[in-house]
Amino acid sequence: MQQKQYNTVVVGVAFSPNIQANVFEALRMSKMFNASLVMVHVGEKTNEKETALDKIISSFDGAVPDYRVLWKAGNPAEVLLGACAGENADLLILGAIKREGLLKYYLGSVARKLTRKAPCDVLLLIKPSVDRVACSSGVVNGLAHPKTEEAIDRAFYVLSSLGAQKLTIVEEIPEDSVAIKVDDDRSLRKSTIAKERIKLRENSRVQGLLSHIPKSIKENLEVVVQPIFGRRGYSIGHYARVARADLLVMNAPSKLTLWDRLFPHDLEYILSDLPTDVLIVR
Amino acid sequence: MSKSSIFSGLRSNVFAGFVVSLIAMPLALGLAIASGFPPIAGIIASVVGGVMVAVLGGSYVTITGPGNGLVVVLLGAVTVLGEGDMQAGYLYALAAVILSGVLLLLFGFLRFGSLSDFFPATAIQGMLSAIGITILLKQLYVMFGDLETKGAAFELLLGVPKLIQSLFTDGSTGQWYAAGIGVVSLLIMVFYSKIRNRFFHLVPAPMWVVLLALGFDAYFSLVGGGNPISKSLLISLPENLLGGVPTPNFSKLNQPAFWGVVVSITLISSIESLLSIKAVDKLDPQKRRSNTNKDMKALGLATIVSGFLGGMNVVTVIARSSVNVNNQASNRSANFFHAAFLFVMVLVFQDQLRRIPLTSLAAILVYTGYKLAAPAIFVRMYQIGKEQLLVFLTTLISTLLTDLITGILIGLLATFVVHVLLNKAFWLFSRNLLKPNVLMYKENETQNYYVGIIHFCTFLNFYKLKSKLDKIPQDERAVVDFSLCSFVDHTVQESLQNYEELFERKGGGLEIIGLDIHETDSSHPFAVRTLRPMKKLRVFGGGRTKRQLQLEALAHEKGWAYKEATKSQKRMLRDHPVYQTTSVERVYNLIEGPKKRLSLCDIHYSEGAFIAKENIQTTLLRVQLDKEIPVFSFDRELLLEKLSHLAGIHDIDFPEYPEFSHDFYVQGNDPQKVRAFFNAKMVSFFSAYGFYHIMSNGKELLVRQFLRPATPAEAAAMIEFGLALKEKIDG
Repeated sequence: MQQKQYNTVVVGVAFSPNIQANVFEALRMSKMFNASLVMVHVGEKTNEKETALDKIISSFDGAVPDYRVLWKAGNPAEVLLGACAGENADLLILGAIKREGLLKYYLGSVARKLTRKAPCDVLLLIKPSVDRVACSSGVVNGLAHPKTEEAIDRAFYVLSSLGAQKLTIVEEIPEDSVAIKVDDDRSLRKSTIAKERIKLRENSRVQGLLSHIPKSIKENLEVVVQPIFGRRGYSIGHYARVARADLLVMNAPSKLTLWDRLFPHDLEYILSDLPTDVLIVR
Repeated sequence: MSKSSIFSGLRSNVFAGFVVSLIAMPLALGLAIASGFPPIAGIIASVVGGVMVAVLGGSYVTITGPGNGLVVVLLGAVTVLGEGDMQAGYLYALAAVILSGVLLLLFGFLRFGSLSDFFPATAIQGMLSAIGITILLKQLYVMFGDLETKGAAFELLLGVPKLIQSLFTDGSTGQWYAAGIGVVSLLIMVFYSKIRNRFFHLVPAPMWVVLLALGFDAYFSLVGGGNPISKSLLISLPENLLGGVPTPNFSKLNQPAFWGVVVSITLISSIESLLSIKAVDKLDPQKRRSNTNKDMKALGLATIVSGFLGGMNVVTVIARSSVNVNNQASNRSANFFHAAFLFVMVLVFQDQLRRIPLTSLAAILVYTGYKLAAPAIFVRMYQIGKEQLLVFLTTLISTLLTDLITGILIGLLATFVVHVLLNKAFWLFSRNLLKPNVLMYKENETQNYYVGIIHFCTFLNFYKLKSKLDKIPQDERAVVDFSLCSFVDHTVQESLQNYEELFERKGGGLEIIGLDIHETDSSHPFAVRTLRPMKKLRVFGGGRTKRQLQLEALAHEKGWAYKEATKSQKRMLRDHPVYQTTSVERVYNLIEGPKKRLSLCDIHYSEGAFIAKENIQTTLLRVQLDKEIPVFSFDRELLLEKLSHLAGIHDIDFPEYPEFSHDFYVQGNDPQKVRAFFNAKMVSFFSAYGFYHIMSNGKELLVRQFLRPATPAEAAAMIEFGLALKEKIDG
């Protein structure tokens, strides 16, 4: 199977206090993926802004990858979506907002819209930093879903590009897949046995997916499979937080409607309270 | 239940059922009278409940029958629905009982077995204490022979001086005798657990009360003149106990007041049953997990049948269950035998029962009420935290002023308001209430179960955590991590403590981590804990007593460690067969020798629960041995005679040492080994220290002198004895 490569990375640049960190992260990522970077600023191009941006880029430690700056006024979400399509982007990088005092990260309305509509992969960064913070471990979902194989594939590619050491594949198994209700010791024993059986089955499915991954990539990463019985989409986010993972890789949902916003499921749990950096694979 | 398990341990279950029936009879009569039901209604509930739940239930060593908690609401139902006519009210109340049974049955099918977890522990405690106060006040009047006065709790409280005054001014001789029996009965109930005489303890306290009443009656019939207590103050039973089933009156089905009663009865009976089942599971020596949903169905069905026969609600009751466990009951057949004995006793002794004055039964209930609202409960609430005391008092007072449902709802609201105020953040709860917040998985490397909780964890969402915890086999190890959770309340901590014990008992373990960084304002292990800023206010601590200072000095003299309070030692008695059914309340003033091989501590443990509870505070010396020795107990007064109930334990005599054999009781499971252990040297050594009670479980010895904490001098002597003993055995 042909590994997908990131050739073009798009990042939105706003002149906020975070600009240096956002730009540095984007530059670093592009360099690691060997990709060219397109910085998009939604707004008029002025001399001050241009010098300010140049100054920031020139202060970047190390070689600066191939980059361009697009200046375009308009609706932020539409401009960025247009840029992704126009530049044939492979990855869109977005910064999340930290809720004051709450130690929680969430997505603004623009970022949320982009997450849903972007034609390419989306990387959500919760705490962009000026200095490099190494990415050492990642978590990817291993659901029984047609897109899972691609997500696992991409997780291997991204994590090995970022120099990570460990990848955990989390299989979320819905609680109701075990039909036995636990009432007393006997039903508990039965349900424990049923769970073990499901775990074995899930493990062999994931091992099957792993066999398609080229050995050269697998070698560099320690791969762990962790089955979890729990709510889909929620458990993996919580796990990523507990495991102190640096990156969480998820499938993009097939379709998000108003219904999904009201009754959060899968990705919504993660988007409403980002546990760590999240990569959404399309 | 398979056939073999019914007949295994048949003897001990019959015996346990018999002892329980001795307590159940006076309680059933008293609870029925206090509820405004005819006395026989309590017996019906016990017999029906005992038989049906024994056959259909999902718990193992529980006893079912009429409950304390329902007294207040049932009496209210009879008075309100009957509009003054007690007989009519009784028939309406029966209809309500039947419908509550239907609801309970439904709860069982809907798997509401964790219903009681939705109420904050403190609010439930407040409600139960309010019930206790109401029972106490109402029955206090009956105890003094006054059947007329009625009113709300506060009026009754203000009327107590007048009650006693009126006894002096216009009490008849009969009333004086009745009140006298009442007061003596109360004294029996209060001092029963303080008198440690084993012959006295062969008969349970409530039965002594009955025996006292019967003895009084017998005396007067012998001397002549007959019982001076008027008929109205004696129990009235129908002439034909097996005939004349009353017809429940369903004609108030369309009235909201009727449904209010049904809901209250259902709520209280399910909470009382669920709490009791939970408590009894902790006492079960075989460590089985009750199927609460199945039990609820059985209780519901039993309540329906009992209601149609004219009986009260059937609930699981803690005091009788704990007596059951303490008498080596091993399965549900004990519940059945308790019902059978009760049935036979009532049929055979109905004439005797008619001679029991209401005042003596009232005395039992006064004590029951007192136990529900004992000052110790208030102190405990204060120790856990001032805010818990506030919630507790709010619930208690509002329950007394309004009714049970309003009271518990106010308590629930008060708890929530306190939580919001403590955290100074409403969003923490509003934003996260409906979101999932618990993650559970089995770690690949360690094979431990990891349970992580985020946001907050209180009574509002404990059911989510509970449903995960219930799915972990309790012989495995589990880790509960609160480090990402901002707020954990008292209800959760108390329930988790429960889980810790259950896991511990089954050979697994449950550890709680990530709470150390949370702030709290009390040193109690169940205090609320929050990550949000909270002003530190230490409630207890500091100020050691003279004895503690002396014990500390004693420890330092030896170069040993001294700890004022300890948590980890709570399971120290578990490995000793005699203490299988005791629960350790507190271990304190711990003095530990090097490598913890020798330790001395004060221990507060209890046997039984609620009104059948016996508290024991003593000082124990614990000697861990390097050599394996036989299992035995050594005792001069046979205070440890309980051991002989246990299977495979024999009295051992020593033909070689007749004097030793005569002076001391030695029991053990392997006479040959024990005889070999007690060689000439050991015999002379043990004889010299005959005032100690010594117990061996093969690996460790427990030494006790008195059933009270030792003085510092006695403690020092015990330590010296322990060192000598270890030297003698290990060499």
